[in-house]
Amino acid sequence: MLQESTQLLSGNEAVALAALHAGVTLGTGYPGTPSTEILENFAHLGGKAQWAPNEKVAYEVGLGVAFGGARALVTMKHVGVNVAADPMFTSAYTGVRGGFVFVSADDPGMASSQNEQDNRRYARAAGVLMLEPSDAQEAYDFTLRAYEISEAWRLPVMLRMTTRVCHSKSVVRPGGVAIKPAAPPHFIREMSALVMVPAFARPAHRRLREKLARAAEWNDQSDLNRKIMKSPDLGIIASGVSYLHAREAAPNASILKLGMTYPLPLQTIRKFIESVKRCVVIEEGDPYLVEALRYEGWAVEGKPEMYRFGELNVPRVRRILSGDVSPEPIPPRGKPPQLCQGCPHRMTFAVMKKYDCIVSGDIGCYTLSVLPPFETMDSCVCMGASITVGLGLRHALPPEEARKVVSVIGDSTFVHSGLTGIAEMIYNPPETGHVVVILDNGTTAMTGMQEHPGTGRTLDHQPTNKLSFERVLEAMGVPHVTVTENPPDFEAALKAALDRTELSVIIMRRTCRLAEPKIQLYEKAAERCNQSQQVTQE
Amino acid sequence: MSKSSNVTNVVLAGLGGQGVIRAANILAEAAFLTGHDVKQSEIHGMSQRGGSVTSDVRFGLEVVLSPMVPTGEADFLMVLHPSQVENNLYLLREGGVLISTRMILEEGKELDALDADETPLNSRNFNVGLLGILARYLRFPEDAWTTAIRKHLPEKVHEQNLKAFAYGRSLELSPR
Repeated sequence: MLQESTQLLSGNEAVALAALHAGVTLGTGYPGTPSTEILENFAHLGGKAQWAPNEKVAYEVGLGVAFGGARALVTMKHVGVNVAADPMFTSAYTGVRGGFVFVSADDPGMASSQNEQDNRRYARAAGVLMLEPSDAQEAYDFTLRAYEISEAWRLPVMLRMTTRVCHSKSVVRPGGVAIKPAAPPHFIREMSALVMVPAFARPAHRRLREKLARAAEWNDQSDLNRKIMKSPDLGIIASGVSYLHAREAAPNASILKLGMTYPLPLQTIRKFIESVKRCVVIEEGDPYLVEALRYEGWAVEGKPEMYRFGELNVPRVRRILSGDVSPEPIPPRGKPPQLCQGCPHRMTFAVMKKYDCIVSGDIGCYTLSVLPPFETMDSCVCMGASITVGLGLRHALPPEEARKVVSVIGDSTFVHSGLTGIAEMIYNPPETGHVVVILDNGTTAMTGMQEHPGTGRTLDHQPTNKLSFERVLEAMGVPHVTVTENPPDFEAALKAALDRTELSVIIMRRTCRLAEPKIQLYEKAAERCNQSQQVTQE
Repeated sequence: MSKSSNVTNVVLAGLGGQGVIRAANILAEAAFLTGHDVKQSEIHGMSQRGGSVTSDVRFGLEVVLSPMVPTGEADFLMVLHPSQVENNLYLLREGGVLISTRMILEEGKELDALDADETPLNSRNFNVGLLGILARYLRFPEDAWTTAIRKHLPEKVHEQNLKAFAYGRSLELSPR
């Protein structure tokens, strides 16, 4: 075990450090606020980390690592878990061999997300174990514990974090958790465990439920949950960052702090409830804990519905505890984010506005085109939905309206989940054809300029194989593929595409202004590397 | 609202790209090096695109619990953009201290005026200059600040940022 000095780390940095100390073989994920910095830091510390095209791919690659007996870390934001849900549910049946930990970074309050779904419900739905750290020290400790627990139960562990845990810095003393080194990777053939055909999956489901029942008993003895007994008049049950708000808001209350929140330590909770006169569950988001405890028939108070929306904080917890349901003060509005000065998206949206397009949009910086002065985005649901929602609109609308529908998607988003939309477009073309615009700015800009398969560089900006969008589109059978790099060419291409009743994809290729200087540095470094290799070969 | 603990609460505010988070990192590091318990919290993501950004820094000799400064309990509010003072004032407690660009800019001047004047401040390092003003109110040893500044900035700008910090720290502020 490495002994290191105390450091000031964010929750994300702490997870990365713990992954390094756990001997994680591979970290993989897709960028998404507030999860992105975990893999970047893991790579920076010397771990092997890579960006996957999307979260499902990352989860599956990680699962393969764990099937091989090695330790895997998979990171994503909360909505990324929706994409990874397919392998997640069945991976609870197969179980794992090496430790498998995936981070779900939830965003209550939607600082940078399209919804505020509460992924604690996923752990219960899929039957995977769940740990919830409350600060960076716990992010470090719980990550190491998660590997230990994953290997002990041979189950995936969801490390459920939130914006205020991921992006808050606090003092971390590494080295407090001992973990045995990972076993050498080795494949053991066991088809009944890893091949989920119905005959094998039926017993696997029973095995899972038995494991979870035993894990619940184990959790009742676990030191992951802590009791702070003070006044018996008020007891609070909390987990994650809500625990810290609650302790500050009610310094004299007794608190049961839950670290492992699926499966729940029900006996521990029952004893705590019995030991206090009034018991309030303080939880951010959905009534996940309160519903589980009420199902047991226990008299616990939850929060009024108004506190389901947005983050909790100390003043809000005070209000919940005092039963205050009066309207909350509305903080003054700040300045909304906007497309950068000189951003290539600006002129692209100006052109689409000029042609009064119905824009089926997607997730990225360009979603900001919904704001003035552009107001040129008419729908945005999830990664990749621009192409497919656009197709639906084309199928349904009268021809004169349908012909105005344009799907707009960024480069990283296109790789993430645009390719299947193109397959749909080729296979089921609308009568009026369709127009897809790929805004290729050469980076995953919104999350802080990460690489993706279309940039031809790895997570740590080293050269690798590059996915060519135009060649992929041509190979898939798109009849009109146009690459433009400046406003007049884009306008001409858009006009031509809107005028014909065929399938067109326009790739508007212009580098992100923020990423440009960095990309130039990476390219220069690659060139130098190439030249020195040529010299060596000569 | 009365203060709930003996923790010192600082809110830093400004616009995306101004160095709000960087200044918060330096402040949190300096508090940590002084031996305080520290929590620093921020929201980033969309805020990169020129929108309002705030970061909370809380420190003290006792344990800091919540990473967020409770509304109306900030002891200090440090604002990097004139447009962001009004909408953040509600965070400051009664008697709390506002540190703003007003203290380094002549009336009616924009931030880039700093690039032309004779002070060591410019439009990129004035966040550290304002930290110098804040430092006058905090009892951190000098080397905690210099170490924190060096740690969170690239080496080529160390000297000018240390000068900006010293300048802010030396400013004679008129009572407001």
